[in-house]
Amino acid sequence: MLSEPPSHVLPGTQGLAKRIIACLDVDAGRVVKGIQFQQLRDAGDPAELAIAHASAGADEIVLLDITATSDGREPLIETVRRAARDLFVPFTVGGGIRTLEDAARIFDAGADKVSINSAALATPALIGEIAGRFGSQAVIVAIDARRGTESTEDAEVYVSGGRTATGKKALEWAHEAEERGAGEILLTSMDRDGTGLGFDCELTSAIASSVSIPVIASGGAGSAQHFVEVFSAGKADAALAASIFHFGTHAVADLKQTLLRTGIPMRWPC
Amino acid sequence: MIAIVDYGAGNISSVKKALEHLGANAQVTSDPSVIAAAEKIVMPGVGHFSRCQLLNEQLRMPVLSAIKSDKPFLGICVGMQWLFAGSTEAPETPGAAIFAGECSRFPASVKSPHVGWNQLEVRSGSRLLKGVNSGTFVYYTHSYCAPVIDETTACTNYGGAFSAAVERDNVFGVQFHPEKSAEAGLKVLENFCAL
Repeated sequence: MLSEPPSHVLPGTQGLAKRIIACLDVDAGRVVKGIQFQQLRDAGDPAELAIAHASAGADEIVLLDITATSDGREPLIETVRRAARDLFVPFTVGGGIRTLEDAARIFDAGADKVSINSAALATPALIGEIAGRFGSQAVIVAIDARRGTESTEDAEVYVSGGRTATGKKALEWAHEAEERGAGEILLTSMDRDGTGLGFDCELTSAIASSVSIPVIASGGAGSAQHFVEVFSAGKADAALAASIFHFGTHAVADLKQTLLRTGIPMRWPC
Repeated sequence: MIAIVDYGAGNISSVKKALEHLGANAQVTSDPSVIAAAEKIVMPGVGHFSRCQLLNEQLRMPVLSAIKSDKPFLGICVGMQWLFAGSTEAPETPGAAIFAGECSRFPASVKSPHVGWNQLEVRSGSRLLKGVNSGTFVYYTHSYCAPVIDETTACTNYGGAFSAAVERDNVFGVQFHPEKSAEAGLKVLENFCAL
């Protein structure tokens, strides 16, 4: 278990915590980037990594099958089942979920939420179908947005891992997703993703202010300060990252301590 | 055997998984005879309160008679809200009225739904929350909440205090998701299994 933070950062009644979400990008059943846990027997095994992240303090785990949509195949049910078995924090699975039946299989394998992206754009009614059967809390609509030097209003939605433009505006799509029954929005800035330059706080804030459901910010995390910014200026309810957790099992706890010191509510001890 | 009552309100495999992790024999069921034969009952539930209509139509009597026979009963999320008189989310759908009061939506001053980890303020003497201290974070996802009443054993603040946990004799309810609340949640389920 982790040690207590200094008493001046110990939360009294700090209320609803901002969430730190660890993302596992999985390709062909292997975690492909971002994590080095020395103690693991198999550092690329999604199930082991999911549990390691949860023990290290991550508030939620997201498993994204990053090539499922582009390859046109199903997410790996067995991987989900193994990861879910000993995981007792919220667990989201995304990638290649195209139908209500796909989602049902993912839930049956032990996921709490599904993240849908391309399929929601192709068939917006899918959002309501999954929400109708499993509840809105179980449906995350993932939005990959790119705006270059344009304003937040002009941020455009992309699909297939950022390869295909849709012509839809991110703000309008987020609003529609909420109307259709999405429980959360996972907003990834394609401009920032993989850069380590920080989240797109302006876009996150614009979307968080226009919907009442929680917004998870993603793309660009490179330092603890970036999380401080996305939770304050960015108005994010949660932040997701993969590669920032490169640095070992205590990275999430260290990050949370830094955030607590700046007055951002965090689940602690974690 | 612990019967996990399935009335079509969302995904309940994670509750079963958590109980089995603790060594309990848990069975998902919508069969009144299984409910009658169980030693304990867990009733999860997520989503709209109107889902309880199906529960009322098909399983209300078996569940209520299990409760009357002093079997430990744990309602989770909407399963806890059902223990109250009803909810403004679906006024036409009655609850069990075991606890007084009606569930209602969060005030407009806070974002709804309430999603994420928030803290418990634990009142002393709870059997279900034994070993769970005030300040502990648990996982929530809901838009409606139950009022604070005499039987409230823990509160959480979000746009005001609401009932995080209620308890009277053999009847327990938690608004949070113990199956998703890491160590603290497993402790709550362990306490329930040990009753």
